[in-house]
Amino acid sequence: MADLVSHPDEVKVVSRRFGMGATNLDRYLELDGYKAVQKALGMGPDGIVNEVKNSGLRGRGGAGFSTGLKWSFVPKQASKPKYVLCNGDESEPGTCKDRLIFEHDPHAVIEGVIIAGLAVGSHTGYIYVRGEYRYLLEIMQKAIADAYARGFLGKNIFGSGYDFDVYWHGGAGAYEVGEESALMESLEGKRGIPRIRPPFPAVVGLWGGPTVINNAETLASVPHIILGGAEWYAGLGPPKNGGTRLFCLSGHVKRPGVYELPMGYNLRKMIFEVAGGVPNGRALKAVVPGGSSTPVLRSDEIDIGMDFDSVAKAGSMLGSGGVVVLDDTTCIVKFALRTMKFYQHESCGWCIPCREGTDWLKKTLIRFHSGGGVKKDIDNMYYLSENMLGRTFCPLGDAAAMPTMAFIKKFRQEFEDHLDGKPCPFEKAAEPVLA
Amino acid sequence: MRFSDQFEQRFAEMLTHYPTKRSVLVPTLLYAQDEAGYLSDEVIEELAQRLELTALDVRNVISYYSMLTTKPRGKYNVQVCTNIACMLRGGEELLEHCEKKLGIGHKGTTCDGLFSLEEVECIGGCSWAPAVQVNYDFHENLTAEKMDKVLEGYAKKGA
Repeated sequence: MADLVSHPDEVKVVSRRFGMGATNLDRYLELDGYKAVQKALGMGPDGIVNEVKNSGLRGRGGAGFSTGLKWSFVPKQASKPKYVLCNGDESEPGTCKDRLIFEHDPHAVIEGVIIAGLAVGSHTGYIYVRGEYRYLLEIMQKAIADAYARGFLGKNIFGSGYDFDVYWHGGAGAYEVGEESALMESLEGKRGIPRIRPPFPAVVGLWGGPTVINNAETLASVPHIILGGAEWYAGLGPPKNGGTRLFCLSGHVKRPGVYELPMGYNLRKMIFEVAGGVPNGRALKAVVPGGSSTPVLRSDEIDIGMDFDSVAKAGSMLGSGGVVVLDDTTCIVKFALRTMKFYQHESCGWCIPCREGTDWLKKTLIRFHSGGGVKKDIDNMYYLSENMLGRTFCPLGDAAAMPTMAFIKKFRQEFEDHLDGKPCPFEKAAEPVLA
Repeated sequence: MRFSDQFEQRFAEMLTHYPTKRSVLVPTLLYAQDEAGYLSDEVIEELAQRLELTALDVRNVISYYSMLTTKPRGKYNVQVCTNIACMLRGGEELLEHCEKKLGIGHKGTTCDGLFSLEEVECIGGCSWAPAVQVNYDFHENLTAEKMDKVLEGYAKKGA
């Protein structure tokens, strides 16, 4: 069980019920549970889609696409069944928020899935939980069973005449399955290889039927929007970036943890006030603002609002909300290497630029970090990354290339400090071994 | 091949959740592995038959997912995360400590079959780093001393 933290600046929406025993259905009902579904049943599909559109809710998985707009792409008439798929394959390094949602408020996810189903005219939802999160899958299995027992799921939900089923699904360890088309492949019992798009999942998704895929945090936000209203939710953040976000603070901070803050919250304040700043009297060197695939920010680039548009303007991405903080003892080359080792391990090998690119970059960085680098490597790594960008079926190639380019661009000097057989300047010199 | 009643019950129920049989494959493989220890030829044949797939289809899926294994491993699989957030808070040192303590390396198994060790990618413990999973149990905010206690606990439990 993961520890909870809190800070006075937090605005608790998605985390409202954390630590309140809401996994218990009766307790959940006391805390306004399943009221949003009942309200949504009276709103009609267009009413729900418009409410979510106006709330400014954008995908919490990382891409930041308007949720309401995504729902509106699902055709009204379809020859095949429509599906809602909740993406709980959380695995972007630096991200540990969906874990808390599943642990503390599983019914909010179920409710979000039902509402998404009502909005697009679907009768079946799946909640995909990553394989490592077994205890969370068990919490979700129980929550679903409890909801069925009360008639909140199944035939004629809440006496509305509408049928809706929700099923759980477990993964077995794969980062790439968090990508929407690979997620569908995995759910269909296959390797998580991404599909070519178009057609987009909203038109041709699971088993060929139109499918809405949303991140767990996105879906858990939906009931609050339905109950509180689009205007209230949109007003919590800056224009076009409605609501709050679960930010996962990790790395070199005094009080790491998952904090729910309004969109647009200042990044410097988040690190130095909410998370208590950098420990051990060290200075801040850099911040990875939204999970390992987002380009790094230097310590002088963090006076920005943490919303999709402001972070994009600063040349990075809000991503999945994983804020990884690096102090001045961190070797950027080593950090870049560890990041690339991850992408090389997780690349499915389907697209050549990603498969070969991540491997070359990893090998070059290993050689570089151990003192075998030559000056040409620096530009070669940049060039290689540049040529991976946008040349793959899914964004994993981009996710590997973007941070590498930022590391080289912003910390070139550190790469140069590793040249000519020099040992890594950040590694402690090995103690002489006495024979 | 005999699985537990709970497995069979879950398997039968899951088949009703999807329009195609093979959709149950990924979670079922993991549940089967939990019972059999690893995905042996026998388990693979059995599941392939049940889902009307070839054994090759099933192997193809197994090789994609990092939690699935076709080789036996220790009773307790110690998975140390060394990804960025854990690395910054001592994940690599923790892995080294475990290697020394258990006398095995990445994907190795102790002679008594009690422990396996694995360096893993992000397990979602970033804000509580460094994090380790032993089988499915999370252990977080670890130090070398705390890790020793965790390992001793499992050694006692497994003895």
